[in-house]
Amino acid sequence: MKVTENLRLNQNYCLLKLSPETLLPDMLPGQFVEVKVDNATTFLRRPISINYIDRSKNELWLLVQIVGDGTRTMAELKTGDWVNIILPLGNSFTIPEKNAEAKLLLIGGGVGTAPMLYLGDYLKKKGFTPSFLLGARSAMDMLQLDDFKNLGTVYITTEDGSLGEKGYVTQHSILKNKRFDRIYTCGPKPMMVAVAKVAHEASIDCEASLENTMACGIGACLCCVEKTTEGHQCVCTEGPIFNIKKLTWLN
Amino acid sequence: MAELNVNIGKLQLKNPVMTASGTFGYGLEYTDFMDINRLGGIFVKGTTIEHREGNAYPRMAETPSGMLNAVGLQNKGAHYFEKKIYPQIKDYDTHLIVNVSGSSVESYIECAEIIAELDKIPAIELNISCPNVKEGGMAFGVTCQGAAEVVRAVRKVYPKTLIVKLSPNVTDITEIARTVEAEGADAVSLINTILGMVVDVEKRRPVLSTITGGLSGPCVKPVAVRMVWQTYHSVKIPVIGMGGIANWKDAVEFMLAGASAIQIGTYNFIDPAVSLKVIDGINEYCDRHGFKSASELTGAMMA
Repeated sequence: MKVTENLRLNQNYCLLKLSPETLLPDMLPGQFVEVKVDNATTFLRRPISINYIDRSKNELWLLVQIVGDGTRTMAELKTGDWVNIILPLGNSFTIPEKNAEAKLLLIGGGVGTAPMLYLGDYLKKKGFTPSFLLGARSAMDMLQLDDFKNLGTVYITTEDGSLGEKGYVTQHSILKNKRFDRIYTCGPKPMMVAVAKVAHEASIDCEASLENTMACGIGACLCCVEKTTEGHQCVCTEGPIFNIKKLTWLN
Repeated sequence: MAELNVNIGKLQLKNPVMTASGTFGYGLEYTDFMDINRLGGIFVKGTTIEHREGNAYPRMAETPSGMLNAVGLQNKGAHYFEKKIYPQIKDYDTHLIVNVSGSSVESYIECAEIIAELDKIPAIELNISCPNVKEGGMAFGVTCQGAAEVVRAVRKVYPKTLIVKLSPNVTDITEIARTVEAEGADAVSLINTILGMVVDVEKRRPVLSTITGGLSGPCVKPVAVRMVWQTYHSVKIPVIGMGGIANWKDAVEFMLAGASAIQIGTYNFIDPAVSLKVIDGINEYCDRHGFKSASELTGAMMA
């Protein structure tokens, strides 16, 4: 796929936009892609969740947190560069039965906000009114806020209190003050476990997007497994989206 | 256009390119990317008599030009393979070879007996070299006595082509190769992964749940080529070479060093269709160097 734009959002994040020569296939919120990175030090493809699909421009957006040599190489890609990508991979978030009244909360932390944008857009197009609870270290790290605000109400926490309420997403007052029917979450594992506990205690249906270390992305190597109630399952093919009831996080 | 077919004992392969166990699932995982019927063969995921959950996560660590894994033979067992997977794959027009593993001689025998009943499985690859299980696996493959014991026992119950997959984690791989040849193996395949380890210095902890794991990928290739070359000169049975093959050139290198056929492993994760490119590349190489058949490449290094 050809890089159409690579925006450096801040020191730690870039937004990579890519377009293939042919039409993008159908892709569902929660799915991911495997990006081949060409540099001297990394070997495996990098699994990156789908941030957004701009059908009008036939464009795939990837929100990339720069954590190592692979993602640094991705941040250095220039408009016009070609990138080898396998897509789409994995399962997807469950879209509720048609009930526009359903109160859906999408909780993302850090780079875990990435799939929530596409999920929010998808839900809105299906007639739902999604709400977002986004967490970041500080106001500087809050990404794509305007895009989220276009899709629904946005609640914010930052660890330093520089934007929204101070603290972690699970400490936000909205979780005490408003009742939700379903929660979707993606972020660091400790955050997702905390969200899962909140959801479980309030008997709210909850799905989490996992990011276990991965090699093949297609269920062949069995490296990215998560312990579930049905034994070890591949995050790449049986996930990355799991209902928290299927995970062993609450025990 | 060179003749690409090669023989491994009684087994006739349409070309020398096969995919390695544990890197290609049951073949089905790759049908979106390539026509798997074009392959010389597919070595399916390591199978044991019992259902195994494998090791705890994390099981994988990327390394320079490679990766460590510690999957630990996760599979649903030989009966599940026979009933649920075999019917889905048996009609592909390529050789399906089951990698058989066990925790005791008896469990190897039991597993081999079940697989022997499956008409469309013409061979097994006896895995005496998995470094990621506590019992069995590599324990059998690092001593001549252990290797002899398990190969002898399986040979008695398995009449079809018996390939034995050797461990590189030994002082002298040729001793083990000669031992399994003497016990009736039809071919040897090598190398399985090299025992390795990665430490997360910030956390001061090993990256893998098992602490150690098996290293694979391009970083192991020179070790593998050397072992294939040594083994080729030590036994009369065919040698199937593997270890870090990422393109046709690597494959030809293994064949010139003595491999009759090759397996592509870890690189399937980077380029799921790499094996077809390797087949085409071997053909081109043969044409360019005046080889009429790929089998002429075996051991054709001039030293």
